[in-house]
Amino acid sequence: MPQNEHIELHRKRHGRRLDYEERQRKKLARAAHDRSQMAKTLRGHKAKLYHKKRYSEKVEMRKLLKQHEEKEQKNTVEQPDKGAVPAYLLDRQQQTSGTVLSNMIKQKRKQKAGKFNVPIPQVRAVSDAEAFKVVKTGKTNRKGWKRMVTKVTFVGESFTRKPAKFERFIRPMGLRFKKAHVTHPELQTTFHLPIVGVKKNPSSQMYTSLGVITKGTIIEVNVSELGMVTQGGKVVWGKFAQVTNNPENDGCINAVLLI
Amino acid sequence: MTEEESTSPQISVSFVSEDANELGGSGILVPVDISTNQLQILCNQLLGSSDDPVPISFFTQDGSEIVDNIRKSLKEIDFETTLKLVYQPQAVFRVRPVTRCSASIPGHGEPVISAQFSPDGRGLASGSGDQTMRIWDIELELPLHTCKAHKNWVLSIAWSPDATKIASACKNGEICIWDAKTGQQVGKTLKRHKQWITSLAWQPMHRDATCRLLASSGKDGNIFIWDTVKGTVVRCLSGHTASVTCLRWGGEGLIYSGSQDRTVKMWRADDGVMCRNMTGHAHWINTLALNTDYALRTSCFEPSKRCIKPETVEDCQKVAQQRYDAAIKIAGGERLVSGSDDFTLFMWNPKETKQSINRMTGHMQLVNQVVFSPDTRYIASASFDKSVKLWCGRTGKYIASFRGHVGPVYQVAWSADSRLLVSGSADSTLKVFELKTKSLYYDLPGHGDEVFTVDWSPEGTKVVSGGKDKVLKLWRQ
Repeated sequence: MPQNEHIELHRKRHGRRLDYEERQRKKLARAAHDRSQMAKTLRGHKAKLYHKKRYSEKVEMRKLLKQHEEKEQKNTVEQPDKGAVPAYLLDRQQQTSGTVLSNMIKQKRKQKAGKFNVPIPQVRAVSDAEAFKVVKTGKTNRKGWKRMVTKVTFVGESFTRKPAKFERFIRPMGLRFKKAHVTHPELQTTFHLPIVGVKKNPSSQMYTSLGVITKGTIIEVNVSELGMVTQGGKVVWGKFAQVTNNPENDGCINAVLLI
Repeated sequence: MTEEESTSPQISVSFVSEDANELGGSGILVPVDISTNQLQILCNQLLGSSDDPVPISFFTQDGSEIVDNIRKSLKEIDFETTLKLVYQPQAVFRVRPVTRCSASIPGHGEPVISAQFSPDGRGLASGSGDQTMRIWDIELELPLHTCKAHKNWVLSIAWSPDATKIASACKNGEICIWDAKTGQQVGKTLKRHKQWITSLAWQPMHRDATCRLLASSGKDGNIFIWDTVKGTVVRCLSGHTASVTCLRWGGEGLIYSGSQDRTVKMWRADDGVMCRNMTGHAHWINTLALNTDYALRTSCFEPSKRCIKPETVEDCQKVAQQRYDAAIKIAGGERLVSGSDDFTLFMWNPKETKQSINRMTGHMQLVNQVVFSPDTRYIASASFDKSVKLWCGRTGKYIASFRGHVGPVYQVAWSADSRLLVSGSADSTLKVFELKTKSLYYDLPGHGDEVFTVDWSPEGTKVVSGGKDKVLKLWRQ
C-alpha cells in the first residue's frame, strides 16, 4: 500500500504524459468493443453477474437520457399537478397525511398481512431466568417460590395486589407503564398513546398474561386521538403496535403501529 | 276537568312576531301545561290561518325555545306578568332527511373539488382536478355533458340565478361560461386573473333578470366584474392586499369580499367604489355568508311551489324581488357573517355600520365555512376542530355544538326547511344533524377519502358530495 499520494504528486510536478488525452480518447472509443468481447466470452455464473450489472447500468443510462430530453423539450402543454384540492385548502400547508387510512380494502389487506408481517419478525426469546428474580421468603429465607418480574409490565387499572402470602409474581411499581410512544409508519409521526393491553409476548404465554413488555411484544394502544375511521364510518379505538426497543433498558416504550 | 284546572296554574301569554308586532292584545290566559301544539293552534287562530295552519315554534324573548310545554321549558315562571312569546313561522314543507346513497357516479379522473345544484334543483354540475366540469342528470343519475376547456383544476362553480348558465373557474385564473342545457361553452374564455380564482358570484336575479354580470375573486387580490355576454371586464375592484378568499353579491347592489389581508370590504357594484372596510379579524378570512344567501340563490324558484320558473323574464324578476323582500323582512336587514383563521366569527350589519354586531367565539380551530339557514334564523359554522357550531342568526348567540366528526369539517349545507344540516369532513363521512334535538341524526359513510364538497339541493330532496376518492355521490331519502 502506498503511504502517500505519490502519483498525484508526480502529476503535479511533471504533468501527464504528452499523449495522455489521445490515449484516453482511444481507450474510450475502444471500450464498447472490449465490453462486447467480454460479454461474449464470459460464461456461467460470472456471465450472469456481469449481465445483471450491465443491465442495471443501461437502465440508469436510459433514465438519464430521458431526463435530459425532457429538460430540453420546450413543452407548451402544461400538465396540472396531481392531487387536486379545493380552493379553501390551496393556501394551507399540506399535512403529510398518508391518505385516509379508512380505505377498508387496503386496511383489510394490511391487517391480513399484518398477522404474519410485523416490523420485528424475529424476537429474541426471553428466558424465565432473565425475566424473573427469585425472591427469598420465609423466616430463614429458605423458601424460593416467589418471583419478581425484572422487565417492564403493563398492569390493568383494576388490578389490586393479592395478599403477600399468595402473591407469586411481584410486578414492581417502578417498572409499570401506562403509555407508549407509538410511531405511525405512514405518517412518520409519533404519538404518546395509552396502552390498552398486552396482546402477545412471543416469548411465552405466561408473559402475555402477566403483561410483561419486552422487545417485539405486541401491545394494543388507544388510537382515538388519531381520528381513524373505518369504511363503515366507525371510529377506530384500539390498534396493535409492536414494541421496538428494550423498555427495561430505556425507561420508555417505543412501538410501531401495525396497519 | 275542573280538578285538573285547579291543579295547573294559569299564565297570561301574548304573542309577538319577530318584527315586534304584538298579536292577541294584552294577553290570553292559558294553563302552564299548554303544549306547543296547542299554542300553535291558538296562534294560527289569531293569525287567521286556522284553515291552513302553519307550523310555528315559540321562543321567549331572551331566545330560549319552548319545547313540549311552557312549564318544562322555563325554569322560573312569573305568574304576575304577561309572558311574551316570540313566534316564528316555520317552513310549511318538510324536507325528508337523506339516509342512503342512491348513486355513486364515477367519471372524474381526479378529486372532485366543487359541486353545486342548480337553483331549481334540477341540474347538477361538478368540477374536478381532471380539468373538466361535468353536468349530471340527477333523475337518471348519469353523466350528461363533459365540459372541457380548462387547463387546470376547476376550483369553483356557480350556477346563474336563472339556472341556464354555469360559470366555472380554474386554477390558471380562467373563467368559462357554459350553457347548462347543451354543455357548450358560451362566449370566450374570460382571462384576466393572474393567479387562481377562489370564488364566483352572479348578480342577483332581482337586480338583473338576464343574468349578465358575474364577479370573480382571485388569489392575486383582485375582484373583477365581467360582462359574460361581451366577455369583457366591466369593473376591476382592487384594494385587497392579499388573496381574496370569498365573495358575495348582496341583494342591495353591494359586493362583499373577505380576504387574507384580514379585512372584509364592501363595494358598490354600480360604480365599483369601496364603501366600507370592516376590520376586526386577527387572521385570514376564510368565508362569508349573507342571511339572504338562500333567497338570492333560489331567486325566482320557490321551493314550496316546486321550483317552477315563472314564464316571462319580468315575472321572474318580480318573484325574485318578492322573495328577497320576504327574506329581508324576517331577517330584519342584510347581515353578514365572516369566519376566520383566528377561530372566531364576526357578525356585521354592513349597510349601517362598520362596527361588528357580535364576535362569536368558541371554535378551537379555524372556521372553514359559515352558512345561514334558509329561514335566516340560524348560522352553522364548520371548523377544523371537528365540530359544527350553531349560532343564532339575529344576535349571533351560541346555541349548540354538533360533534361526531373525527376529522376537520370542510363544508356544511342546510336543508331548505332549515330543520336539518349536512356536513362533510376529512374523515370521509357525511353526517346529518337535526336542529330540533340538536344532535346527530344520521351518519352517512361511503366515501373512500376526504369529502371536499357538499351541497343540499334547494328543493330539498337530494344531497351531493364529492371528494378525494373521485366519485360523486348522491344521497336521498
